[in-house]
Amino acid sequence: MPKTNEEKGFVDIINGRYKPNGKFHIIEANQPIFNKDTGKLAGVTNPRDMTYIHSYGGEAIFFESLGKGKLMATRCDNDKCEAKGSIFEPFRIFCPDCLRKATVVDITEKAQQMAKIHSFIITHRSGAFNTLPKPIKFINVEFDEEVVTILMSVLSVGEPEIGKRVVPIFRTKDPTYTIMDLMFVVEGTPESDLPEGFTY
Amino acid sequence: MIRFSDKQLKIPKLMRPVYLVTAGMSKFDRAFPETRTEELCIDALTAASDFVGMTPAELKKYIHTCYYGHFADHFGDQLLGEAVIHDRLGLDPLGNIGVKTGGATGGSAMWEAVKAVASGYSDCALALGWERMDEVPTDEGNHLISCAADKDWETPLGHIYTGYYAVMAQRYWKVFGKEQDSFRKTMAEIAVKNRGYARMNPHAHGPMKITVEDVTNSPIVAYPLRVLDCCLMSVGSACGVVCDEKTAYEITDKPLRIYIAAGSHTLRVADRRDMTIPLLPNETPGQYDDIGKKFPGGDRYPGFSSFLAARVAAYYAYHMSGVVDPSEDLDVVELHDAFTISDIQTYEDIGIRPYGEGRDYIESGDAYVINPLTKKPGKLPSNPCGGLIGCMHAVGATGLMQIAEIGYHIWNRWDEIHEPEEKWKAFGREKPKDWTSLQVKGAKRGLAISHAGVGSHVTCTILMDPNKLIKED
Repeated sequence: MPKTNEEKGFVDIINGRYKPNGKFHIIEANQPIFNKDTGKLAGVTNPRDMTYIHSYGGEAIFFESLGKGKLMATRCDNDKCEAKGSIFEPFRIFCPDCLRKATVVDITEKAQQMAKIHSFIITHRSGAFNTLPKPIKFINVEFDEEVVTILMSVLSVGEPEIGKRVVPIFRTKDPTYTIMDLMFVVEGTPESDLPEGFTY
Repeated sequence: MIRFSDKQLKIPKLMRPVYLVTAGMSKFDRAFPETRTEELCIDALTAASDFVGMTPAELKKYIHTCYYGHFADHFGDQLLGEAVIHDRLGLDPLGNIGVKTGGATGGSAMWEAVKAVASGYSDCALALGWERMDEVPTDEGNHLISCAADKDWETPLGHIYTGYYAVMAQRYWKVFGKEQDSFRKTMAEIAVKNRGYARMNPHAHGPMKITVEDVTNSPIVAYPLRVLDCCLMSVGSACGVVCDEKTAYEITDKPLRIYIAAGSHTLRVADRRDMTIPLLPNETPGQYDDIGKKFPGGDRYPGFSSFLAARVAAYYAYHMSGVVDPSEDLDVVELHDAFTISDIQTYEDIGIRPYGEGRDYIESGDAYVINPLTKKPGKLPSNPCGGLIGCMHAVGATGLMQIAEIGYHIWNRWDEIHEPEEKWKAFGREKPKDWTSLQVKGAKRGLAISHAGVGSHVTCTILMDPNKLIKED
């Protein structure tokens, strides 16, 4: 059962500090565990409901941009670095070689024109807290030679196949500000087939 | 890091020889609803002391520092779990530290213990690992395991680690396996072999007498991987004790030389950049120049089809110990068969077969204790304990169980650990009527690979009879 707004925890940053408000945990009593065969006590349950607070730091622009329909990456522009010109997606705040701050670049157009499936897997299983419909079609997306990494994502519409062209879609309506705001569909998917809240 | 410097490729040096003197392990199972973790750890340490004819109290008097492998604090809902176990083992006030490197945790704990002895800090060190994965519902357990992926970029995608891992299997299956039925059969043979070997192991959690068809007809987890292609999720403990030469011979007259090295690679497979294949001693420059022709799509290294961390760990360990060709220089191996396909990938990463030809290790029969084709001893048997698929994967203990098993072969005491009827009874397990010794006859050298998830950490341990060293100190 989803929590009501009164049962949720919210956080703002005020004067450089986290200011939580709302409910951050709901207390639930533990329960004993008995061995039904012997009738003896074996242990207890320890239920717990917690909300973690997490900073995106320098990656915040990536997650904020998804809701605006933009796929941001970073590029090393350090003349003295062997990796100069390399684009990183997943977004890396710092170049892994020279550890200089990388330049934020918009690769939305590149992704729309070049993205294709490097590998994929279809699974009917998930862990607790999963919100994706099953089966889940995991895909690994390669772009072009400038992008030296291979992004993991989910194929929302279409059947995955190595080498198949895919196009990013973005949750621009009510974004979650997580990686769940980015998915892919096979090239040529009509906008009307995109999942609720997503646009090209 | 994409290019290695000479300093990074320096062969690790132990400042003095280090020896494995004993090892032990508990029973492994999916759940122990009426057993605390400390009971399993005490079982492992007691088994190790029994093995050298000592009481636990006598063995403990030698131990100077302790290295504990326990990966998932959040499963046990206990921070500083190492301190709990250390206290219950009665090892205070000795210095101790926890080691956490995913599936490689056990190997990494041993890596730390060996370095402590090699440096002279300690003359005797304990590496002991455990894992407790039965105290949350399975779907919550899957979520907790998925937290070993990147929490912003991967975990929200299904909260299922298999999904992040199996894309590598898929790529290997398509590029190197060429989606052939014969390759699928070879994968299944690994599951049949390892689950079958586990039948001879009273400690094993997942013994099964199965056929290739059973594997290929088992439910799909993430195509091409099926349930019987996958390792177990286990609970249990294992340990090893390492010493300098003088102390080793005080404890036993048959200590084993131990060499160990570690490698790493990105937590996210997504971050892997192309590089030249680092060569092992049995490979030659130019050997892989045409790999992309032989296997279209296979020219991206390590890409999704190889584990750079395993290759680097083997590179260091082979040079440390003098191993040139593992198939010629070693007698038995315990590999991290998390999945049948990753087992094949590892054959290539550690040079048992060249890249692209891993399947031949199984198909030739070399990987069996008795080669099914020739009915003679296999050239380099792998995972006679059953591996992670048949014996156990209690994460923090796995690498230590593998080292223990290699030790039992070289000590020529494998039967003593796996045969006694009373142990089968004590574990509540029925000894098969067709129980067969899987002791690798005449084993003098062996290797164990301890591997984390998508390959973020790997250790390579090599054990040798001190009278059969390859390289002079």
